[in-house]
Order: sequence, then C-alpha cells, then structure tokens
Amino acid sequence: MAFLEIDHLRKAFGQITVVEDFNLAIERGEFVSFLGPSGCGKTTTLRMVAGFESPTSGIIRIDGKDVTEAKPNQRNVGMVFQSYALFPNMTIAENVGFGLKVAGRPAGEIKTRVEEMLALIKLPQVGGRYPYQLSGGQQQRVALARALAIKPKVLLLDEPLSALDAKIRVSLRQEIRQIQRELGITAIYVTHDQEEALSISDRIVVMSQGRMEQVGTPFEIYNYPRTRFVASFVGTLNVLKGQVVDAAAGKVTIDGQPIASASHLNGAKPGEACSIALRPEAVSLTDPTSGANSLQGMVEEVSFLGSVVRIRVRFGENAISLDTFNKPSVAPPAWGTKVTVSFARDALLVLDGAEAA
Amino acid sequence: MKRARIGPWIALTLGTLYFIVPLIATFEFSLRMRRGEYSFDAYRVVFADARFQATFGYSSLLALATIIVGVLLVVPTAYWVNLRLPKLRPVIEFITLLPLVIPAIVLVFGYLRLYNSESWLPMTGHEQATDLLLTFGYVTLALPYMYRAVDNGLRAIDVRTLTEAAQSLGAGWPTILFRVILPNVRVAVLSGAFLTFAIVIGEFTMAALLNRPAFGPYLQLIGANRAYEPSALAIIAFAVTWACMGLINLVGRGARTAAPAP
Repeated sequence: MAFLEIDHLRKAFGQITVVEDFNLAIERGEFVSFLGPSGCGKTTTLRMVAGFESPTSGIIRIDGKDVTEAKPNQRNVGMVFQSYALFPNMTIAENVGFGLKVAGRPAGEIKTRVEEMLALIKLPQVGGRYPYQLSGGQQQRVALARALAIKPKVLLLDEPLSALDAKIRVSLRQEIRQIQRELGITAIYVTHDQEEALSISDRIVVMSQGRMEQVGTPFEIYNYPRTRFVASFVGTLNVLKGQVVDAAAGKVTIDGQPIASASHLNGAKPGEACSIALRPEAVSLTDPTSGANSLQGMVEEVSFLGSVVRIRVRFGENAISLDTFNKPSVAPPAWGTKVTVSFARDALLVLDGAEAA
Repeated sequence: MKRARIGPWIALTLGTLYFIVPLIATFEFSLRMRRGEYSFDAYRVVFADARFQATFGYSSLLALATIIVGVLLVVPTAYWVNLRLPKLRPVIEFITLLPLVIPAIVLVFGYLRLYNSESWLPMTGHEQATDLLLTFGYVTLALPYMYRAVDNGLRAIDVRTLTEAAQSLGAGWPTILFRVILPNVRVAVLSGAFLTFAIVIGEFTMAALLNRPAFGPYLQLIGANRAYEPSALAIIAFAVTWACMGLINLVGRGARTAAPAP
C-alpha cells in the first residue's frame, strides 16, 4: 500500500468541475510534482490533500488512514505557500516553533527543534528577527523550516518559488530537494514551471483542465509524452504537418520531402493529413547518417541564447527550431542560408490523438 | 507656477483659521474667570467638582466596556466575512453604516419602548441593566468606526493564507483568532478603540434620555448654568479627543516602522 493514496478524487464548484477522477499513489519519501498551466486543478488537488478544500467525491489516505473528511489541523501535513505566510507579529524562532507550541510541546524541546530547523535551512542566526527583516528567499526557507518543524507526514509546497527571482529560484529548489532527501519526507510540489518540475521530482503528474494527462519520471515525461498536451507543455516542440504515405511503415511527406517515423501511424490512410512532433535538440544541422531523416530548408531565424544557439529553418508551410551548442570556432549560419537538417527516425513523436491534423 | 502654489496655501490657511480661531477664543475665554487677569481657575473648579470626576470616570468605564464588547463583536465578524463570506461584505457594510443614518435619539426611543420597566425585558428598571443597555447603544454608535478600522486592518494582511498556514500547523480557531489574526490587526483595533473612546466620552443623547450620570449630560448641565467652566470643559473634551487621535497616530507610526518590507 502506498503512503499517500488519492482515489477517484473529484472537485466541482457548482457546475464547473475543476478536478476530475484524480488517482495517484505516492510512496513514502517520494517527491512528486503537479505540473500544469494556471487553472488546470493542480493547486485545488493539493488543497484537498491539505484539507483546505473538501472533495466532491473520492478518498485521500495518508499512511493508511482515511483523511478525506479530516480538518486541516488534524492531518499532520506541512504546507509551504507561495506568499511565505509567515506570521508578521512573531519572530522567526516563534514562527518555526508555532506548530510545536500549538501541540503543547515543552519549551526546551521547542527551542532545540527550532535551532535544529534553522540550522537545516542554514539560517541559524535569524531566530530573533522578524519576517520583514529577511529577504524573500530567506522567508521562504523559514516557511519551509516551520512546516518541517512539526515533523509532518507529508510536505505540500504550493508554487513556493514563484515569488522569487530566477537565481534564487534555482538555488532554493535544489536546497528544498536536498532537505527533502535528507529527511526522507514525502512531498508534493505544485508548479507551472516545467524546468523546476523536471529538475527536482521523482515523478511528475502533468495536468490539464482538471485531468491527469500523464504520470511519470521526468525522463519519461520529457522523452515519451503520451499526449499532444504533455509534449507541447513540457519542453519546446516542433509540430510538423505532413501527409501520410504509408501508415504501417511510418512514412510521411513534409512539404513534399519524404521522411519516416520509427512508429506506426495507426489507422491513417495514404494522403491523409497528419501531425508529427520533434524536440529541437533532436535535430542537427549535420549531414544525415544512414537511416536518419533529412529535410532541406532555409534559415529563417537565428537566436543566440548563450551556451545554445537556436536556429529556425523553414521548409515551406512547416518550420523547425533546432538547438546547437555554441562553439566560438564555428559561426552560426546566416539568415537565408540553405541548409539540410537531420534527425533520427525514433526522434519523431507520434502523439495520442494527434495522428490526424 | 507661483499662483498655483499660493491657492492651496490660502485654502489651507482659511481652513485652519476656521477651526483654530473658535478654539483659541474658547480657550482664551476659559482663562478669564478671574477678573482682570488670565488664570486656570475655571479648570481648577472643574477638576475639583466631584460630579466631573464621577461622570468622567463613569463615561471612561463605559467606554472601556464598549471597546471590549465592540472588539469581541466586530473582530470575529469582520474576520469571518473576509475569510469565508466576502459576498456578504456589502450587506455587513450597509448594516454597520446604519448608526450614521439613524439618529441616536431614534435609537434611544426604540430602546425605551422595547426595554422600559413595563416591557418583557425591563432593562431600564435597574441601574446596572441600564448601564448595559447604554453600553450596547454605544457599541452600535461606534460600529461604523470600529468595523471600518478592523476591516481595513484585515484587508491589509493575507487573512486566508495566514489562517491556512496556522491550520496546517495544527492550530484551531481560537488560536488562529487570538494568536495570529488579532495581533496582526492590533493597530486597526486600537484605532477603532480610540475612536470609540472619543465618541463615548462626548455622547449626550443616549445617556441623558436613559438618565445615566455620564460626561455628556454633565457637559450640558454645566454649559446651561455656568459661564467660564463650560469653555474649560470644552477644551478638556478637545484635549481628550486629540489625545486619542495622537495615540492612533503614535500606534500607527509604530506599526509602520515594523511593517514588512515590500
């Protein structure tokens, strides 16, 4: 039995269903991210786990115990909010010790635990300060320490890094992951930032319009997206419109140029329109190796992104963006240059429900 | 450019004179009790008057009771409206504005009709019960100020997230209200409390018609029978009100100094 089980969870506000048939089993110590655009139901699902929203139907079990109807203060679930939510009237030490004080723990134990938590977040000297005297990143680390101080069964993080600047976001997400690993705590992390989810999660639940689109490891989600939504939401994707030549052999034409996919185009008939997807990093400007696909086109745009150069090549109706590493010794192609792009047959993604354009 | 700057200064000067001149005149008149020279005799007489001490003490006590009842009534209500019933805010705001529209004399006649000694709840038949009735009346009169002050305070903090943060840490409603919410709207509550104090100290209609020995009726009595003491009392009443306003500013400034960095 999984440590945290969510069975057929559904939430509707009046006639509008915001979470539909959500099923998930999370193992003890696992770090799972809910990833999706605004309004996809990820935060609502998290809030149902926390007890701030009541499910319309479904069951939530934590450590084998049904907590679906339990009040938020009876679930022993730690929560970190986007807006930090530190109590402005309390010092940092009082904030971190709040949960323990509420639980009626002895003063000595609270003091020791607070010191332990502040050391864990590498802010041992800030106990006597007030939240407003800390930076955003420091406040969020304190919020994490406060949530962990009560030794919760599950740690819930609701877009905790959204209010911070880019550099702090990267360092803090690594810190959160490191602390979670160190404590072995089960965690659910809500984010709309795919890079964040891919970099720190054991598994990712991609959500759209209240539904689970795909559950998998970051590797699976990125490399083997099961739906068009997942493919387009996670990472950058080139979607090519073509015509089916031989569905069984995976042969299609893109703007009149033949290519072949390693997958079949199930059910498609010759001459039908189809959509095929390609990751930018799967495409190269080098000559094709044997068996690889190639397309000839013209450089339409060159974007210098630092370590990577993104080049956009047009073939007619279709265009492909491809990423090449920046080599100071090799200048990127100029706009308007005729080039040949190549990519492996298995790099072409045939998406569920995307066979017909 | 210069003309544009002079206009506001003229308006400000005229406004200041409009308010200050009568006050200075009243103060000056209150010092004239001794013939031919200025003195604080009128103030000495007022402070020595046992009725002044009794009525001021009585009104202060009732102001304190009004503040306590008002805070206990308004803070949980405003908190709940902010947290769970935001759609009810216009209705609650309308209700809290009613005391500004309905004159105190109408309210007190309503009380007398409902709670007179012949009624089903004869509160005016006993002094303490009448004091209680007067306190409730004062709570009603101060409601617009107390509610607005507290509501503004609650809107300035993220009530919902703070509540949820406290809940996730195991806190129940009393802990959330008294250890998380109330301390964070302390300045707003104090502002409401000082305004309530100023209103209660000067209130005449309710206290007079309920026949209670409050400061307002005493002011009126002195004003009708004496020459210099009413001016002294007016200045004292102003001083009390200003002291309340000063305290609001002082507390507010303290809070601003401790305000979170954006």
